[in-house]
Amino acid sequence: MTEDFKDNKVIHAQSSETIPGGAGGSVPDLDYVRPAEVSDQDLYHGHSFITKWVFCQDAKVIGIQYFCLATFTGIIGLILSWLMRLQLGFPEAAGFMTAEHYYQFVTMHGMIMVVYFLTALFLGGFGNYLIPLMVGARDMVFPYLNMVSFWSFFVAVLVLLASFFVPGGPTGSGWTLYPPQAILEGTPGSGMGIILMCVSLILFVAGFTMGGLNYLITVLQARTRGMTLMRMPLTVWGIFTATVLAMLAFPALLVGSLMMMLDKLLGTSFFMPTILKAGEVLEYGGGSPILFQHLFWFFGHPEVYIVALPAFGIISDLISVHSRKNIFGYRMMVWAIVGIGALSFFVWAHHMYVSGMNPWFGFFFATTTLIIAVPTAMKVYNWILTLWRGNIRMNTVMLWCLGFIVTFVNGGITGIFLGNVSVDVPLSDTYFVIAHFHMVMGIAPLMVIMGAVYHWFPLVTGKFLSEKLGKWHFWTTFLGAYSIYFPMHYLGFIGVPRRYFEMYDSPYMTSAVGMNEFISLAAFLVGAAQFILIFNIIKSLKTGKVAGKNPWQANSLEWLTPTVPPEHGNWGDRLPVVHRWAYDYSVPGAKEDFITQTTAPSEVADTKVEKT
Amino acid sequence: MSDPKIEGYEFKPGFGGMAADTASDQTMFKGVHWGKAMMWIFLLSDTFIFSCFLISYMKGRGSTPVEWPNASEVFGLHVFGVDVPLLLIAIMTFVLITSSGTMALAVKYGYEKNRKMCGWLILATAIGGLTFVGMQAFEWSKLIHEGVRPWENPFGAAQFGSFFFMITGFHGTHVSIGVIFLFIYAYKTFAGHYDERKRGWFTSMKGDYVEIEILGLYWHFVDLVWVFIFAFFYLW
Repeated sequence: MTEDFKDNKVIHAQSSETIPGGAGGSVPDLDYVRPAEVSDQDLYHGHSFITKWVFCQDAKVIGIQYFCLATFTGIIGLILSWLMRLQLGFPEAAGFMTAEHYYQFVTMHGMIMVVYFLTALFLGGFGNYLIPLMVGARDMVFPYLNMVSFWSFFVAVLVLLASFFVPGGPTGSGWTLYPPQAILEGTPGSGMGIILMCVSLILFVAGFTMGGLNYLITVLQARTRGMTLMRMPLTVWGIFTATVLAMLAFPALLVGSLMMMLDKLLGTSFFMPTILKAGEVLEYGGGSPILFQHLFWFFGHPEVYIVALPAFGIISDLISVHSRKNIFGYRMMVWAIVGIGALSFFVWAHHMYVSGMNPWFGFFFATTTLIIAVPTAMKVYNWILTLWRGNIRMNTVMLWCLGFIVTFVNGGITGIFLGNVSVDVPLSDTYFVIAHFHMVMGIAPLMVIMGAVYHWFPLVTGKFLSEKLGKWHFWTTFLGAYSIYFPMHYLGFIGVPRRYFEMYDSPYMTSAVGMNEFISLAAFLVGAAQFILIFNIIKSLKTGKVAGKNPWQANSLEWLTPTVPPEHGNWGDRLPVVHRWAYDYSVPGAKEDFITQTTAPSEVADTKVEKT
Repeated sequence: MSDPKIEGYEFKPGFGGMAADTASDQTMFKGVHWGKAMMWIFLLSDTFIFSCFLISYMKGRGSTPVEWPNASEVFGLHVFGVDVPLLLIAIMTFVLITSSGTMALAVKYGYEKNRKMCGWLILATAIGGLTFVGMQAFEWSKLIHEGVRPWENPFGAAQFGSFFFMITGFHGTHVSIGVIFLFIYAYKTFAGHYDERKRGWFTSMKGDYVEIEILGLYWHFVDLVWVFIFAFFYLW
């Protein structure tokens, strides 16, 4: 065995070979793990309220800060969606809303949900909290930079929200911010609104870069003894790969935002062609609006996977823990995450089929888009095979997991429709598109977030969330979300265009009226149901059942800290030593149905545990 | 540099060794300081930023219907009664590349714990960078004086000024930030912070000579980007 650990090439995540039996503890070399390469991390411990809770350098507190702020902006996005649905379903009740307001709400809802809610929550929130704990580090490798990252995000959110209060209001150009209309008079918020949006995005990217460097280096260079890459929980793999994507995709957004800001402020013409307005030629000329679309979607498509990959990772762990089985095809799952991440950089122009492009380019991008379905489908099969004949706990976490799989498959299939040029062209800019991406990157990741909250709440606070409230929350959200988005596919097929303030008396859309009312009612209900979670959190913090150590009988390191919730520095005096992957559940011959990552091989020498 | 010694770990050459490092526990880049790995990844991200800028520049230059100004005329200098194309740029480039050389030497002397030499060389690098920024300011004011603006210019396509000011401005900001840090690091070197392993002002992490190498990576990157900007703006 000693040779095995010295020669790292023979360490496999999953091998059919089992450790030969023998009396426990009789072979001392069995437990050998080579000594630490890096000396223990030197941490700054805050003592005052300010250094402990405000300008805090503890990744766990930063994670919670990210989580709370992202949730706050998410609730604003939710309220905006209510207002939009009010207008679409019951326009007579929304008399206070003008078309300008509607476009502003559409824009801000989209931008907030994609960037300031989902991205910040998955990477900033879960990333900060879970990465150091799961890889066995004391903290992120650059705690100070990590703190600055959160406060940059904070300022970015402030700037974004400030745009609601400037003359002209926030930008109303759609979340894609396409020029030339985004900065021309006639579009709501084409003055200060769009400028603040660009500034906010630039701040977000700067802040994210600081956080992202932390996540990457912590995973690459600060794992604990015995923690090989192929023993990391898939959550870490998902967040890690998503961060790589973000580091390479956000530059395009930064450049696009900066250039658009210069077009607005200095009158440059990066994206502005010659424009006639009311018979007059504007000062602009010679620029290319398509260039912005390329920059935006070079960011925008990887962004989808920046949201989806952490969700894939987290869901894999949740399913494995709560069906008491190892994840099916761990290595395949890892390579699928990495493969999806790499492919996501070669598909961006499928968002631009109707912008006009050479048919061969459409062919190319349709092909790459459909290829992504392969690793994605592999992941879905693996989740289902993990559940197959598992000892499933039908708790709230598992319900969210199942909800995710169903929703994700649904959204994925409509994605195959839209990935084909000839099908996309008639469907583009209809409610079919809305239904597709809300299913696949709205509801599905949201389900994962909810599952993750119910799963890790006992770790963060030491208390369980209420299962009863959780089930109400799940069923209202799940059924409600389907009531919202399933009919939208039909609306898309009959040709109802998206981003329209009002349908007026379009005769072919009479069947859409009643459906719009129904969708709106469902949307109000689903939105309101989310407050069950907030109520549940507050109630459980006060009166929840005390969880104790490792309440889910999980294997991964975050549950194995000496104190629950973990303290600053995570591990007390001694860093954990890892001997196996995080998925040894229901191993034949083992005393319990789980073998933690820190359990030494000699302790389980009699079992049929696989060598990982 | 030779491989670092790591107890219980055997280094192997070639791709096999790389695969073994990747598959091993604890670290992927063996013996590499956290900060150094971070700088490399940051530079990769920054490369994407500059690539986006330069690709946009190519696209912008391709899509404008107006003729692009002739670089060797616009950037020429009139000295001693002779028109010399690209004179200023040649000097700027020379200064910046030289500063990369002094930076590399500073790193070498830093690792040899030769505090004085290291400090002076960092200072020389900083002055080189400052000279570059100063000459760039001169070039900008000359062009502005001749009527080049971000939104228009007398020589041809308006996008020429837009891209020129944006990209050289973004690069110049990088250089300026580098110069500020070079001065700080020169002070810290002379004051012996790296020898005493004194804690940083903000990060409260212990100082180490590796920080100079990390700053050096950034500085070489900024130089490298300049080579591309030089090629795209002045030679194309």
